[in-house]
Amino acid sequence: MLVLEKRKVPSRFWARATPLLAVILTMLAGGALFALLGKDPVEAVRTIFWDPLFSEFAFYYRSQILVKAWPLILIAVGLSLGFRAGIWNIGAEGQYIMGAILGGAVGLAFYPAEGWYIFPLMILAGALGGLLWAMVPAILRTKFGTNEILVSLMLVYVAENILSSVSFGILKNPQGFGFPGSRNLNDYAASANMDLIEGTGLHWGGAAALLAVMLAWGLLTRHILGYRIRLSGEAPRAARFGGVDPDRLVLICLGVSGALAGLAGLFEVTGPAGQLSPDFNVGYGFTAIIVAFLGRLHPLGILLAGLLLGLTEVGGGIAQQNLGLPSASIKAFQGMLLFFLLAMDVFTDYRLRFRREEAI
Amino acid sequence: MDYSAIDPALLLATLMISATPILLAAIGELVVEKAGVLNLGVEGMMITGAICGFAIAVESGNPFLGLIAAALAGAALSLVFAFLTQILLSNQVATGLALTLFGLGLSSLIGKPYAGIKPPASPRLDIPLLSDIPVLGPILFRHDPMVYVSLALVAAVWFFLKYTRAGLILRAVGENHDAAHALGYKVVRIRFLAIMFGGACAGLGGAYLSLIRVPQWTEGMTAGAGWIALALVVFASWRPWRVLLGAYLFGGITVLQLNLQAAGLAIPVEYLSMSPYIVTILVLVYISARKGRGNLDAPASLGRTFHATH
Amino acid sequence: MSEADGEPPLLVVEGLTKAYPGVLANDHVSFSVAHGEVHALLGENGAGKSTLVKMIYGLVRPDEGRMMLEGRPYAPHRPSDARRAGVAMVFQHFSLFEALNVAENIALGMEDPPPQGELSARIREVSVAYGLPLDPERIVGELSAGERQRVEIIRCLLQNPKLLIMDEPTSVLTPQEVEILFRTLRKLSAEGTAILYISHKLEEVIDLCENATILRHGKVVATCNPREHSARELAELMVGEILTPPHRERAELGDVVLEVRGLSLQATSHFGTSLKDICFSLRAGEVLGIGGVAGNGQDELLAALSGERPTAADTIRLNGQEIGALGPNERRALGLLAAPEERLGHAAAPDMSLTENALLTGAVRERLVRRGLIDWPRSRAFAKRITEVFDVRTPGTEVPARALSGGNLQKFVIGREVLQRPEVLVVNQPTWGVDASAAAAIRQAILDLAEGGAGVIVISQDLDELMEISDTFAALNEGRLSAPRPARGLSVEEIGLMLGGVHGAKVEEGADAGA
Repeated sequence: MLVLEKRKVPSRFWARATPLLAVILTMLAGGALFALLGKDPVEAVRTIFWDPLFSEFAFYYRSQILVKAWPLILIAVGLSLGFRAGIWNIGAEGQYIMGAILGGAVGLAFYPAEGWYIFPLMILAGALGGLLWAMVPAILRTKFGTNEILVSLMLVYVAENILSSVSFGILKNPQGFGFPGSRNLNDYAASANMDLIEGTGLHWGGAAALLAVMLAWGLLTRHILGYRIRLSGEAPRAARFGGVDPDRLVLICLGVSGALAGLAGLFEVTGPAGQLSPDFNVGYGFTAIIVAFLGRLHPLGILLAGLLLGLTEVGGGIAQQNLGLPSASIKAFQGMLLFFLLAMDVFTDYRLRFRREEAI
Repeated sequence: MDYSAIDPALLLATLMISATPILLAAIGELVVEKAGVLNLGVEGMMITGAICGFAIAVESGNPFLGLIAAALAGAALSLVFAFLTQILLSNQVATGLALTLFGLGLSSLIGKPYAGIKPPASPRLDIPLLSDIPVLGPILFRHDPMVYVSLALVAAVWFFLKYTRAGLILRAVGENHDAAHALGYKVVRIRFLAIMFGGACAGLGGAYLSLIRVPQWTEGMTAGAGWIALALVVFASWRPWRVLLGAYLFGGITVLQLNLQAAGLAIPVEYLSMSPYIVTILVLVYISARKGRGNLDAPASLGRTFHATH
Repeated sequence: MSEADGEPPLLVVEGLTKAYPGVLANDHVSFSVAHGEVHALLGENGAGKSTLVKMIYGLVRPDEGRMMLEGRPYAPHRPSDARRAGVAMVFQHFSLFEALNVAENIALGMEDPPPQGELSARIREVSVAYGLPLDPERIVGELSAGERQRVEIIRCLLQNPKLLIMDEPTSVLTPQEVEILFRTLRKLSAEGTAILYISHKLEEVIDLCENATILRHGKVVATCNPREHSARELAELMVGEILTPPHRERAELGDVVLEVRGLSLQATSHFGTSLKDICFSLRAGEVLGIGGVAGNGQDELLAALSGERPTAADTIRLNGQEIGALGPNERRALGLLAAPEERLGHAAAPDMSLTENALLTGAVRERLVRRGLIDWPRSRAFAKRITEVFDVRTPGTEVPARALSGGNLQKFVIGREVLQRPEVLVVNQPTWGVDASAAAAIRQAILDLAEGGAGVIVISQDLDELMEISDTFAALNEGRLSAPRPARGLSVEEIGLMLGGVHGAKVEEGADAGA
């Protein structure tokens, strides 16, 4: 009989190999799924993974991959800190929305003034919006012990309703002919989040994402706070013995992830999305959960995973146009990826052994 | 504003209908959690059940077959979760999230051709005599069979957990899986069964939504109902009858806010639609604040990974 | 006792062998147990006793060898097979369900339990008959360790076993409770139930058992009548070497370094123990031994002293300074260090490397962190120093803590604190589950530390250990601490009374009422 046996030392090889294997398995299983839907599996997988990089229009798609990847990376880096500490913020989508609303509102308040200080103020407001929204589950958990998973998730629905409300209400574009949605922030020079290098897709959000990756890396490897985050996740009692205040850690982890999600929202609303509208959010906050796990909760891994998922988002879009695959199929695809990753993970800590049958 | 449009009897009757999907999902999740497993994939299983039930009902023209298919689909999806968490020992929180994300994607994939179609109507079961009682009759005894099934399920789960040996074993596994293993109980097998029951219930809840309550298929139509079901289990302190109470309270709020929207209350629609979620948060806060830090009622092994060393 | 000539033995074990990766837990073990016999299975921690009884109880399958029960082949595939064949077992770490009541717990351990009401009546009946009073309706989480053991025993007795296996049953009992247990066991034996009694405590085995099988490194090294041998002979058979007791120069005690006054602490969980008005003082160079049965507030006391659970500032004074409200790292800075009982998960993070675990408590005093940044080379050097000075056997400092054996990890944990030159060190169960040589090394380190002028508090359930190293002795009972007394010259009876407190008297009454 096959049994799992705990390794004395986690396997480094498997820790690195599992994300790759998971991707390959997802391609196979995804292909099977597309075949079931009556599509050519090889073509579908090629469209999703190959075309964005190497097809005729790759010059455009490549920058789109980055545009999709930045918010994912920015959010996932923040989430990974909490996930490592056993603090489950799964409401990044809501924090993303609130960051976009507050940041966007600050920009709209200045309209039509011009000034170098407007965009920085919006960035601050965006981070603050996400931070405040994340503080709700953080404070409820530290004060009352309320489960942060459920609260942060419920707040996504609340945020979506607020978004809808402001899009129809106070932030509605007065010159928008009655359509819901704010003024276009990308057309308003003071608030526009432009490409730093024209046509590359590297906008301010990209710079922030790269900075976040580097800072998180330093934090986790060199700083005592990063050590405490890891310690709390792996052995909560030992963490307390080592002098970690668990409540403070909850506030920090949720705060940081909220602020980063808020920033992602702000950069999105001032750049690629352009305006606040009821359907402005497209689920980056949830996809980032997959990015965080696929990246092994490690900043560099998250960078790579973010790019990969950005690729599948763009590829999914192409497949939708060219092959008529439903837009949601890419979500199923991403969920599958996380399944395979979690399944393969077992080999990092366990090895498979043949053993004679035993009573289990 | 026209409050006269709100009929209290009708309100109460629709309350039961509105509560049934989350009641079904929550009673299933209660059994799962009693066995010591935290499955955060309820939302994903519900919506998968919603579309599978809908599709089969439309294709076969038989809503009953649709419900069966939904339960099977939910159970099948939960089997993936069970395999990952119980055999491959993956983290339950992460796997549950994956299940939800996957279920949401899968359902919209399957559901694409079904948007905007009307499902076959489900028969109403008017209980003879009782349904003729004035006021109470229309409120309590003129529903579709699933409303009664959900109530029967609550009673059955309560009886199973409290009075049967299998229920005792299930609770023991959730309380201390190592001890249960030492006594020779098949922890993994028992948890597989519990997880599948939870999946079937969630699938059924989803199908109730798409086939009877709405009845229509729209992408993401569960809108957090699965998460609310998870919150209900906490609210109920893992007790079946309190799940019923919680579900009906919640159903009441949902129905009331919908009625207020319809009546044209001065409060913007968005604030009314967000009220169920805010109420859920408030209830969670109230429950956790009352109990203090250590949660007494939660099964002690909840969410912990079990690996038999020998 | 009841072994008649010619009657086949109840249980025969022949050549049982079981290998785990890297260890041969049992190597061709053979012995037999007669009807009604009290048979000891003696051995150090890790000698293979637990694996052996798990095979007899059907929890583990042997790789080789066979067993006979009452002359018939016996190969249980699962515990229920064993129970059906008349074999019952009381575990060392109780396999009980805290949130369930006594009757439910007992029902879970039976093959086909009678309905609740009938079962409760039988529990009352049997518990009174054997002098082990129990209320079937009580929630197990609220019971003391001794009462929990009764649940296990009664669960076994209700099945009328032919063979009762008891794994280290006295490690959680007060001397008085041990007396009651032995009375029960003798009664059972007289009625014809055989008992397989696992222990590493020689006095008990000599007192109770007619035959002993001694295991060392998975092999049977001797089978004998323990009453024909001295404790010392048995010990040498068991350990395989002659142990030297720890050596200590008795120095004069210095000034008071730690003073605790009126320390009370609410339990964090429902099933925890609250500390009640704890008072003591500790002088430089003193070893204060705190005895007590598990679950009487040991963990809570350690948490209160280490700073994991801060209290009112004036309840704890270190060198006159009020430290009650300070957290663990602030206390460490002032010289109060601690080593909790649970090695994996509390004293050390299992999946983190030894270097990272050295940082866990060493950050402050060893200056491993500057301006929030970790000095990894310095941390590694500190970890290396611990492994060298304390002879921690490990491939290096970068392996995870869980890869170390219990003894080696414990040496690391104690060494980590000792090397930081504490003024006061608090340790809980320093030698629990540790092999004999590591235990000796740890005790010696504690004594050396005290000799160097530190105050040391040793919380332990091992009375022999406490008597060996303590200057003063106090007992914890239901969260209260008795007044410390000089350890030298305390008799076993006195210690027993200190340990039992009011609680022990209750047990006596209960037993008398039952008899």
